[in-house]
Amino acid sequence: MVDKVKTLEDLRKLREDALEKRRVKSASGQIQIVVGMGTVGIAAGARETLKAILDYIEQESLSDVIVRQTGNIGLDSWEPIVQVTVGENPKVTYGKVSPDVARRIMKDHIVGGQVVKEFAIEA
Amino acid sequence: MRELALHLLDITENSVSAKADTIRILVEEDHAADRLKICVEDNGSGMSAEMVARVTDPFVTSRTTRKVGLGIPLLKAAAEACNGSLTIQSTLGKGTWVTVEFQQSHIDRMPLGNLASTILTLVIGSPEIHWIFNYTVDHQTYEFDNEPVKEVLGDLALTDPTVLGYLRESLETGIASLNGTA
Repeated sequence: MVDKVKTLEDLRKLREDALEKRRVKSASGQIQIVVGMGTVGIAAGARETLKAILDYIEQESLSDVIVRQTGNIGLDSWEPIVQVTVGENPKVTYGKVSPDVARRIMKDHIVGGQVVKEFAIEA
Repeated sequence: MRELALHLLDITENSVSAKADTIRILVEEDHAADRLKICVEDNGSGMSAEMVARVTDPFVTSRTTRKVGLGIPLLKAAAEACNGSLTIQSTLGKGTWVTVEFQQSHIDRMPLGNLASTILTLVIGSPEIHWIFNYTVDHQTYEFDNEPVKEVLGDLALTDPTVLGYLRESLETGIASLNGTA
């Protein structure tokens, strides 16, 4: 049995550190990433796509990025699908997002501010 | 799908779609009895008796974007091919309980796969839900409950990089500590 009290104590410490860091950084607007997690998306690899996004956030210490999942988006042949909204900019929908493509989106779009046109689906 | 953990993610999405606010996931490996059991219990909108009876038919779904739902029928077929079964108990307005069982040692049983990744996906992806995950291997249990975590975090997002690291490591080490087949 894992000692939950101790690990929650660790989490409390992490929270203080994280809030301290957040105060230093100036937010360039909230970033929201949504991954389609319906049956087709999961079968096409959406869990690995989401994992690649989370790993990137953890490794590069990106703050102010919210990651959510949603059910079937209705574009089956494009799964896995990832939707990105940066601040007030319009939502960009990406299709056939493998973990490699996800890492490119994180690097170019989330960090660099450039839409990865090659994988963007026209609205 | 090549992993039971992916099927688990898939059927749990049904509970999320059914607007459950508490979802309990049980994964149990019992080598002595040679059984592997997965249960997903939610307090979502539930289904009528008629819908439950028809839900394992691939041509039934409550979704409107596409007419064919394959998640449950695929998992049921996989279980039945391994001396197992899939059962659904549901009450309208109360919730749904899905149980799937396999013969643990059956040659055709797909691997449990990456349970930590599935649970992390659910906990991060639908943070408003109260998740209780219980993994038992031969009477040793690891439990993850996101409610105490959320209490500690307050308004700090689960996707804060340090919190992500904490969650990922807790789940990975907790699950690995049981020496199951995951």
